[in-house]
Amino acid sequence: MAGPYALYQAQILEHYKHPRNRGHLDLATHTASESNPLCGDAISLTLRVDGSERIEDVRFDGEGCAISMASASILTEQVKGKTLAEVRALDRETVLKNVGVPLSAVREQCALLSLHALRRALGATKES
Amino acid sequence: MARAAKVLLNVPEIKKDFPILQRTMRDKPLTYLDSAATSQKPKQVIDAIVDYYSRYNANVHRAIYELGEESTREYEGARERIAEFIHAKLPTEIAFTKSTTESLNLIAYGWGLKGKLKQGDEILGTVMEHHSNHVPWHFVRDMKGATLKYVDVDDEGYLRMEQYDDLITKRTKVVTVAHVSNVLGTINDVKEIAKRAHEVGAICVVDAAQSVPHMPVNVQDLDCDFLAFSGHKMLGPTGIGILYGREKILEETEPLLGGGEMIREVHLGTAKWNDVPYKFEGGTPNIEGAIGLGAAVDYLSKIGMGSVRAHEMELTAYAMQKLAKMEGVRVYGPEDVTKRGGVVSFTMDKAHPHDIASILDVEGVCIRSGHHCAQPLMERFNLSATARASFYVYNDVEDVDRLVAALEKVHEVFA
Repeated sequence: MAGPYALYQAQILEHYKHPRNRGHLDLATHTASESNPLCGDAISLTLRVDGSERIEDVRFDGEGCAISMASASILTEQVKGKTLAEVRALDRETVLKNVGVPLSAVREQCALLSLHALRRALGATKES
Repeated sequence: MARAAKVLLNVPEIKKDFPILQRTMRDKPLTYLDSAATSQKPKQVIDAIVDYYSRYNANVHRAIYELGEESTREYEGARERIAEFIHAKLPTEIAFTKSTTESLNLIAYGWGLKGKLKQGDEILGTVMEHHSNHVPWHFVRDMKGATLKYVDVDDEGYLRMEQYDDLITKRTKVVTVAHVSNVLGTINDVKEIAKRAHEVGAICVVDAAQSVPHMPVNVQDLDCDFLAFSGHKMLGPTGIGILYGREKILEETEPLLGGGEMIREVHLGTAKWNDVPYKFEGGTPNIEGAIGLGAAVDYLSKIGMGSVRAHEMELTAYAMQKLAKMEGVRVYGPEDVTKRGGVVSFTMDKAHPHDIASILDVEGVCIRSGHHCAQPLMERFNLSATARASFYVYNDVEDVDRLVAALEKVHEVFA
């Protein structure tokens, strides 16, 4: 979708309406939740990392706007199968680029919520 | 809309007074429906502020020269008009603060924390308060060991008045309530609540941020002890708020800020406070803010607050009727528009409130989305966010029509 509704181009709406990797992993090695106090968007991430430090599986759950939910869905697709080192190298610019629509400063926070959750999850394992 | 001609204000004429409403957003008319957050300003208010700085800027109260007398006269004149506007007995019952938030903090600190409250005393609020009427009382509880209690709302958004029977006790010292909910629009029966508070010797504190701008308010009739509101929500500038307090209660309230202006005399290590309300106005006050708010009060008085209220009631009824017909839209708060203010919160089945607001923005329609600084109320309704449209004197039926048309676009995008 071009023009004024660029924010809601097909990719965003498609991920919003049909999110990938939505739910909760029972045997997770890493988990984290993040919320945006300004708008009430909330995301929880569960990941299972295997012995070779590779993300074997990932799920997200939460409630929020199309941008935050689509961004989370895109992020889970992107990190599945990647090594922790690769995932830790993900920065905000990459995430914003993957979302693929121009965002105002306020809406950038929606798009980055899942990245913040991911960083928090990988910062500490459940056992530690 | 057979009744419209009788009660609606002459909005095309009013709009001419608001420079910002002459601008467009992406070549579309600016449809401003966020006055519950902050109102737009008429040129009469802007001019009053420019006039102050251009002609008679001087610090108030102690200048010997003519310029200072002029600024003092205008500053105190604003206080008098604001007192009249809410039917206070005396102008000295009006203190200038920076906001409703500061006024409520001043009450919690100066009357509660530093003054009258003891461990075990009870403060009774409601679940529909704005955060600014929750958090200051948390401070009091934490510092004084007071107990906080809350009256619930029913599913339509009315306070469950019968709960006051049990929740008000001999230990209740403060009963506090929003006059109008900034989310549901509910108009609360403050007069009855104040009466119940007084029966046990408690004071009644009213957050009037959403009522004073939109309807006639008479503090003597309400019989409340404190009442707080903000200038910027009633056509005035930001950074100016009002604390109304019954004279005797203000006397027993301690100041929040120490410094110049608020003292009678200062010696090394000791000071005596100035009279009310000056003891609450430490430091050089927001002179332009007071003068601007005075001009806003003049503007609203000229329209007449009864007419403002009737206009908003009509617009709210029209908006609620239109929204009710839209598929997947749910409107919150009382259905009876005589019992609610011009605030309409709603959700849509398929679109999150942020996405609604983003798409409306593209159409030049400004609404708010989120928790509206009322998270306890949102939790009560199991909501993370709502979209909220709110009306004022410069809105008309066409603005509501543009809102509805823009919501149709939201439907298309998220279908």
